[in-house]
Amino acid sequence: MIDITMPALSPTMETGTLSKWLVAVGDTVKSGDVLAEIETDKATMEVESIDEGVVAELLVEAGTEGVPVGQVIMRLSGDGEVAAKPAPAAATVAVEVPKAAVPVAVAPVPAPVTVAASKDGRINASPLARRIAQVQGVELSAVTGSGPNGRIVRADVEAAAGKPVVAAAAPVAAVPAPMAAPAAPAAPFTSDIPHVVEKLGNVRKVIARRLTEAKQTIPHIYLTVDVQLDALLKLRGELNAALEPRKIKLSVNDMVIKALALALRQVPKCNVSFAGDSLVSYSRADISVAVAAPSGLITPIIVGADAKPLSVIATEMKALADKARDGKLQPHEYQGGTASLSNLGMFGIKQFEAVINPPQAMILAVGTGEKRPYVVNDALAIATVMSITGSFDHRAIDGADGAALMQAVKTLIENPLGLVA
Amino acid sequence: MAENFDLVVLGSGPGGYVAAIRASQLGMTVAIVERERLGGICLNWGCIPTKALLRTSEIYHYMQNASAYGLSATGVSFDLAKITERSRKVAGQLNSGVKSLMKKNKIAVVEGTGVLTAATQVTVTTGDQTRVLTGKNVIIATGARARDLPRLKADGERVWTYRHAMVPPAMPTKLLVIGSGAIGVEFASFYSDMGAEVTIVEMLDRILPVEDEEVSAFMAKALAKQGMRILTGAKVSDVTPGKDAVAATITTSDGKAAAESFSHVIVAIGIVPNTENIGLEALGVATDRGHIVNDGFGRTNVPGLWAIGDVAGAPWLAHKASHEGIIAVETIAGLHVHPLDKAGIPGCTYSRPQVASVGMTEAKAKAAGHTIKVGKFPFIGNGKAIALGEAEGFVKTVFDATTGELLGAHMVGAEVTELIQGYVIARTLETTEAELQHTVFAHPTLSEMMHESVLDAYGRAIHF
Repeated sequence: MIDITMPALSPTMETGTLSKWLVAVGDTVKSGDVLAEIETDKATMEVESIDEGVVAELLVEAGTEGVPVGQVIMRLSGDGEVAAKPAPAAATVAVEVPKAAVPVAVAPVPAPVTVAASKDGRINASPLARRIAQVQGVELSAVTGSGPNGRIVRADVEAAAGKPVVAAAAPVAAVPAPMAAPAAPAAPFTSDIPHVVEKLGNVRKVIARRLTEAKQTIPHIYLTVDVQLDALLKLRGELNAALEPRKIKLSVNDMVIKALALALRQVPKCNVSFAGDSLVSYSRADISVAVAAPSGLITPIIVGADAKPLSVIATEMKALADKARDGKLQPHEYQGGTASLSNLGMFGIKQFEAVINPPQAMILAVGTGEKRPYVVNDALAIATVMSITGSFDHRAIDGADGAALMQAVKTLIENPLGLVA
Repeated sequence: MAENFDLVVLGSGPGGYVAAIRASQLGMTVAIVERERLGGICLNWGCIPTKALLRTSEIYHYMQNASAYGLSATGVSFDLAKITERSRKVAGQLNSGVKSLMKKNKIAVVEGTGVLTAATQVTVTTGDQTRVLTGKNVIIATGARARDLPRLKADGERVWTYRHAMVPPAMPTKLLVIGSGAIGVEFASFYSDMGAEVTIVEMLDRILPVEDEEVSAFMAKALAKQGMRILTGAKVSDVTPGKDAVAATITTSDGKAAAESFSHVIVAIGIVPNTENIGLEALGVATDRGHIVNDGFGRTNVPGLWAIGDVAGAPWLAHKASHEGIIAVETIAGLHVHPLDKAGIPGCTYSRPQVASVGMTEAKAKAAGHTIKVGKFPFIGNGKAIALGEAEGFVKTVFDATTGELLGAHMVGAEVTELIQGYVIARTLETTEAELQHTVFAHPTLSEMMHESVLDAYGRAIHF
């Protein structure tokens, strides 16, 4: 018998939802066949078999939530194998993202996962991993190994200990209990009004938890400024004409991403994370861009947007947004970022305040660009103007520094040649 | 007509040809494009032929000092043409070795200049013939070349890059080496041992500036003792080649400028990636200070296009390129790989004495916020070193005091380039000081110093 276990789809994944079985008991499975779909916090991925055999048992029902990584989810009987034969082979499952037309698009394929603890109870871990686990108080038996043969290596222990992400989450722990409530209401909902109840997906649960945490623990301040868009729109027209042969089309949003990234480098005091007893300053601007996906808001990242040409930002943004809408983003494509950008301009929203996406310390909310009466050179004129509002974590960023950032963004948008230099 | 492959590799240096072999092992059909010679700079004009030259200068040094070993050798002399010939033969042997490896792995070798005409298409021109190769993926491994002085192109007459210095038309009598990285120091060492009067000029405040500060200081002293003149914090300007000599102005760290005359000048001030005229601009491939940006797995921002080795950034080392090639190919094949850990790449300088290191220097470890324990053991405390007559050098280790992680190791002295791998493996296996202390080291070996250095970091060195 071959045991197939719940794979870890990212280094920090602890549990997942087995959303769908794609095989049934009695099916013959070849290496490469898709066995099941698994839903994590934000993505749905397919589990592929790398073994051959006949499906003997499905041990977890489709739709089961919170299946721990490493738990046996199904058994295969091997080729001509006697069912009673003991000593299961090392359970291995390969995970692959579906719809991978171009192999390149397949991001770092998550590790074939094996459980680090062997039959005799010895935990397969590197000496350094053991030492760090001891120093940081991490229980090794609960850690999934990503090294050769499932060996627990240093990175696995650090991920389990929540470093460095949890360092930023530390202040959250100090907040009184009610914050945990919204995701888990105490009593079932009842109402006489005709209604439908829909169980929350993992994505919606994570959004609920994180936004509640953010709004309850981060003292937000909001700074709004109007920016004149005419110069940027003109440049965009010229750039798009030049980029036409390459089939690249820049959006205003692509240019605002670049402006924000450059401004964050110019005002490094705003490119930070508040981490309890320390302040983390980033030397690269990775911009998380809010995208509306069917399952809920997700923020894919333009890594190093400060150093990327607009054409690259536009190309990457398009690919990331497509993946986000198909629910196919890989964890590394949406986890991280040093600041966020949310644009509701396409809905005609004039101005709004966004909620900070921790551990980041700022988010830029972009309103619609519209023709407004505008004073240009002491005369009333018509200009295309857009209101943008920065939300800042006031624990980390002073008002004057936030204002300096907003001013830098405004200058870059109103003198847009700086975006292409 | 386009020819189709699973993988097309542009450039056949240690990055490209290793990637091609790995891809073939994984069942891909592979084409490799080379405009000059298979094996690239490394084995034709770099790592390998210089090691052949340095072996000559090492033996020459021993012959001149034969009396120290109770031997006598009179009339010791050399034939420059034969020295160069040996070095070229060594390079030639390895070049044909790569040829046969390509054949054995059924890799199509396409000679000519390749240009990306689409993300996954390379058009190769040889003379007036053109071949179009299409790959499901394309790896750029075009490497790098020597950086020239701002207003002077090395001509190979009296102003040399590494490439000229490897096939010298004449033995320099008075040599100026500009730049004190591994390449500059290796050539300085070779020509100094062969009898040239050598001056090394380094702009930064120490030679071998990427190494640990103690290593730099030790090397500066050791090279000065051999008769070299070492000028740090200094600048060279107005390099003017003449018929019989090269004039140059050297401004020393105290701001004084003086005009000097040299028989030859070696320019070793870094490298420039080979990114021009291969079609990168049209595809919008992202670069950073000239180097193609990859994601640690070799991916560029253009789907299907990968970049590895020197062209994709520091450290500019053959073994980095090879490993990056393997990671890229295995990622393409969907295997489970970790991204390149640059901190685990060893660096070696084959001068006399040799230098080898891996991981963080003491200063970098402190700057990164580690509380550290430092161990150091000198060659003079090692029996084998004394027996060899090589009592010059040390082994330094840097540990994280809390976790026992081996953060870095820095060695200078005889054969340390062969020793460093022990520490590199230790780092890859994530050992702590405990496993290293519990390991039995053979006696008498130079390796024992690696043990003693670790013991010293914890106040337990036995022989010093």
